Amino acid sequence: MECERCHQRPATVHLTEIINNEKRTMRLCEQCARELQAQAMGFFPQINLHNFLAGLLHNEFGFPTTGPTVAPAGARCEACGLTEAQFARQGLLGCGECYRYFGPRLEPVFRRIHGNTCHTGKVPERTGGKVRVINRLERLKAQLREAISREEFERAAELRDAIRELEKELQEG
Amino acid sequence: MSIKETVNNPHSHWMDGTGPESDIVISSRVRVARNLAHLPFPHLLSREKAEDVIHAVQTAIENRVFREKMGKMELTRMNELTPVERQILVEKHLISPDLLEDFERKAVVLRDDEVLSVMVNEEDHLRLQCLLPGLQLNRAWELVSRLDDGLEATLDYAFDEKLGYLTACPTNVGTGLRASVMLHLPGLVMVNQIKGVLGTITKLGLTVRGLYGEGTEAKGNLFQVSNQVTLGQAEEDIIANLISVTRQLLGQERAAREALYRERREQLEDRVGRAYGLLKHARVMTSDEAMSLFSDLRLGIDMGIIKNIPAPLIIELMVLTRPAYLVKVTGKDLSPVERDIYRAQLIRKKLSAAQQS
Ligand SMILES: [Zn+2]
Ligand SMILES: [Zn+2]
Repeated sequence: MECERCHQRPATVHLTEIINNEKRTMRLCEQCARELQAQAMGFFPQINLHNFLAGLLHNEFGFPTTGPTVAPAGARCEACGLTEAQFARQGLLGCGECYRYFGPRLEPVFRRIHGNTCHTGKVPERTGGKVRVINRLERLKAQLREAISREEFERAAELRDAIRELEKELQEG
Repeated sequence: MSIKETVNNPHSHWMDGTGPESDIVISSRVRVARNLAHLPFPHLLSREKAEDVIHAVQTAIENRVFREKMGKMELTRMNELTPVERQILVEKHLISPDLLEDFERKAVVLRDDEVLSVMVNEEDHLRLQCLLPGLQLNRAWELVSRLDDGLEATLDYAFDEKLGYLTACPTNVGTGLRASVMLHLPGLVMVNQIKGVLGTITKLGLTVRGLYGEGTEAKGNLFQVSNQVTLGQAEEDIIANLISVTRQLLGQERAAREALYRERREQLEDRVGRAYGLLKHARVMTSDEAMSLFSDLRLGIDMGIIKNIPAPLIIELMVLTRPAYLVKVTGKDLSPVERDIYRAQLIRKKLSAAQQS
């Protein structure tokens, strides 16, 4: 049996890791086991997310699908050349453009991993442009709804002012 | 301080034991994944393009604006280091072991105090990390975010309006954020509540990891709790959630320790005393045995049973007795048996020095 990590040397060590109360046994070669052990406190082995993901992907990408809306099997990203099969096997995308090529078929995966398909966090300061303002606006509006439901009217008034400011900024571009 | 001093000095700021709640929270870590636009992710990157990424990062940290904001940070290519030096960076938690594979095309950026680091060409082009002692997740995020802004001043990130920061693995997309705390939970393990408690946590969108050896107990009773979701929640919310769960865990761990002290004091003191005795006098010590004894001794220190050993020394010993450090300290390659002998020797020396001072 080959090592699960390097896929090169034979697996001679069995390491049991507990993730979320589920036991998972990794079959590793001595060198990989040593590398993982060395980091045993702090950086726990991060290899399992891929395995976990590959399991999910297998359902979306692994089998030839028959649905008419689905892109033909064997589709690849035009920018980096990554194929669906490669992705299903490794759990890694090849480049930023892959998200566009595989996007619609990734949505159910996102939903299952994150419960969500839309980013609401930080936006790059220099290149983020309008998205930054829009996201901030949406967060303020959510806070406003909450303030009103808690009858915190002073806070609500402050939030309304901040929202008006941002909307003006957005219109003026 | 240069990278050579970093590998020579076994101490790192995160081992200080200074942060809030540091009797239970060993360290707080925040890392974000970033990629450069218009380039394949590292696993598909050609040798030349990988070099381009390193060069772009080098330029970014030498930029005047970056320097003013972040101070001096030093970039080191992994192939400038010896294998032992590379391994030491892993043992100090400054880089992940993945940076050791195919190291010719990888680099690390470090700040003097080792609080901030950037791994270049790991799974993503950039992995920014902040590591602090105790429970300091907000501070860690603040520092990482500032470093992120400093780099973005010159680097174009792969960012999508809807999906956020694009990452090689879709489990990181969105914020690219992984926040984690390392917790020492011997009390909950001893009162047999750990399974239930950790089971509850996983229902809250968090991941718990413990590394188990041959036996059934987590090595050193150390557990890492981190966020699972990276898409659809703002960074501040992800971190606030992790902090609030950590606080609950702290409460439960302290209650367990008090119950042990109240109801099984003899057994507890016996266990701590035996660990101390073994560490002080053993002549051959495997790394697994050391980890579990360190945990018992640390608990004894935290509960006031052992008075003359400073708590941070235990964390330092945990790092110092890892294989690469032993090789570094002794200056030669060691067989596993020799390693166990040197480990025991080093522990004896450090503990008796601490007692005398
Ligand atoms: Zn291997
Ligand atoms: Zn691609």
